[in-house]
Amino acid sequence: MSVLVNKNSKILVQGFTGTEGTFHATQMIDYGTNVVGGVTPGKGGTKHLDRPVFNTVADAVAATGADVSIIFVPPAFAADAIMEAAEAGIALVICITEGIPVQDMVKARHYLEGKQTRLIGPNCPGVITADECKVGIMPGFIFRKGTIGIVSKSGTLTYEAADQLVKAGLGHTTAIGIGGDPIIGTTTKEAVELLMNDPQTEGIVMIGEIGGGMEAEAARWIKANGTKPVVGFIAGQTAPPGRRMGHAGAIVGGADDTAAAKMKIMTECGIHVVASPADIGKTMAEVIAAKKK
Amino acid sequence: MNLHEYQAKELLKKYSVPVQEGIACSTPQEAEEAYRQIKTLYGSNFAVVKAQIHAGGRGKGKIVGSEQRGVQVGKSAEDIKNIAQNILGGTLVTIQTGPAGKLVNKVFVAQDVYYEGPNPIKEFYLSVLLDRTKKQNVIMYSTEGGMDIEEVAHKTPEKIFKEWIHPAGGLLPFQARKIAFNLGLSGEAFKNCVKFVTNLYTAYTGLDCAMLEINPLFKTSDEKIIAVDCKMNLDDNALMRHPDLSSLRDITEEDPTEVEAGKYNLNFVKLDGNVGCMVNGAGLAMATMDMIKLSGGEPANFLDVGGSANAQTVEAGFRIILKDPKVKAILINIFGGIVRCDRVAQGVIDAYKKLGDIKIPIIVRLQGTNAEEAKKLIDESGLKVESAILLSEAADLVSKAVA
Repeated sequence: MSVLVNKNSKILVQGFTGTEGTFHATQMIDYGTNVVGGVTPGKGGTKHLDRPVFNTVADAVAATGADVSIIFVPPAFAADAIMEAAEAGIALVICITEGIPVQDMVKARHYLEGKQTRLIGPNCPGVITADECKVGIMPGFIFRKGTIGIVSKSGTLTYEAADQLVKAGLGHTTAIGIGGDPIIGTTTKEAVELLMNDPQTEGIVMIGEIGGGMEAEAARWIKANGTKPVVGFIAGQTAPPGRRMGHAGAIVGGADDTAAAKMKIMTECGIHVVASPADIGKTMAEVIAAKKK
Repeated sequence: MNLHEYQAKELLKKYSVPVQEGIACSTPQEAEEAYRQIKTLYGSNFAVVKAQIHAGGRGKGKIVGSEQRGVQVGKSAEDIKNIAQNILGGTLVTIQTGPAGKLVNKVFVAQDVYYEGPNPIKEFYLSVLLDRTKKQNVIMYSTEGGMDIEEVAHKTPEKIFKEWIHPAGGLLPFQARKIAFNLGLSGEAFKNCVKFVTNLYTAYTGLDCAMLEINPLFKTSDEKIIAVDCKMNLDDNALMRHPDLSSLRDITEEDPTEVEAGKYNLNFVKLDGNVGCMVNGAGLAMATMDMIKLSGGEPANFLDVGGSANAQTVEAGFRIILKDPKVKAILINIFGGIVRCDRVAQGVIDAYKKLGDIKIPIIVRLQGTNAEEAKKLIDESGLKVESAILLSEAADLVSKAVA
């Protein structure tokens, strides 16, 4: 088991023939991901990386049966790419693109309401199921098959956590990079819920940051419904209020979206909150060991 | 990107949103001339001088070394000239600027809106912003205008109203009417308010604003509805489709180091601590700052070098961090996924050699692809650079450096 993607997933790459699309599609194929083709409007009928290129997502789905799409389209056109994928019936759309105007995402997010499509991101590293399927830009070699799921707003912090888990003798089921934008497709709570329902996942690492209320929402859900240990970290304990810290969504607006406030509510909800990012792997190993006694 | 009041008002006028009119001036002479024009246009002896800075609380704020407020009414050309003289070139300290204050380069000489007429004046509050939880834009408004809205929200939450805007439908006429009714308006003022709110929302979406705040939203004694002050923040991600708006950026309002970092595509935020850091990825950069604090230091900056951690970006990062004399050590923390650690290490070595004499300890933590080779490169470089692979090792090295 695992969640969202596995070795049977058929992946389509939107923005396939661009620099980013080409580079990361190659890496994904090297990892063993089943990339069935790509979309670049105007280049339909050609081949790229030995795979067919289509003009539209609908054409690609009809020809390949793709069920997952990854988007490397530039920011000005990315929201449109998300909506096109949803319209074509893609079940899972993973948008890597950073810098999409927020009003575009208000529209795209609304467009997805009532559709069967799940969106991950934008501004995220993607999703990886260890040793099976990498749909993203994360370095594949740091992941090992195992029993810990990861949910994270941040790219390199996900890699940090993944690496620490391996060094602590653990491995991963699926790591989900949900993205650092103010409006994203899948929330922390929804991603945690997926992993909580995955029989193979024994523990969950939940990495958040300042800004917004998603971690608090996830914490309350975990308190009410959680069946597995969760180790949590919130980046930005030292971030000044009112300043955007790199990610468009990482800004302290009020008292509720500070790191301290989030850590407090997470602790109250039974999450093992670590103050230092260096303690994520170690803490999960201790929690899992204690559970098995 | 933040705009000045005078810039925001110019933009609002293009969307037929009525504003308190005025003229932006850089010298006392210009202010005097502006007063004459305004007097002719509006027939009042009164006009108001408003300091143009990217911060609120100007009316209560004072120019350093004087009793001059950031906003003051005058009733003659001489008055206006003197007030402008006092404000221009001065440093204005308000509750929002911090003790350092902000240099005032421009004043806005504006019409008096408190003129007498058949009905009483009224001040309201209205802003448009994104509700992240509902994933919709929201119009937030209150009958309590001209005051600190956070205080109103805290003390009298029942006086704050919200109207969420459907992402596809936009602001609907009944919603605009509801806002005007809730503000207690009727007759001409009601009609004017509906028009105002409708056009303001069009401006918000048309300009790709991240936040648009009108405080006070003003009803004049002759039932006009106008924006007396305006705070506008544009979505940086959307500036690509508004080339004309990019030129409105006032870099004198920004930290010069942050402006320089931007030229190298580095995402930099200046902080007040003693340990500088250079990191790839925003989340890891924040986490690294937190770790510096837990190790006994205080972060001197946030710096995300993104995916391009090469010799040029590392050198630029070094230069920018080293500008701050308070920095006692620098921690470079790179998780090399796609970018190879040995390449980053070589970049660090090249940049270090190019800069010559760096007098403070440098700690380099490289983890990921080719981490061992990278550590070897650093260790054998002969430079005064400490290397680490694990994050916990880096934390220990920071503790030692600041001890």
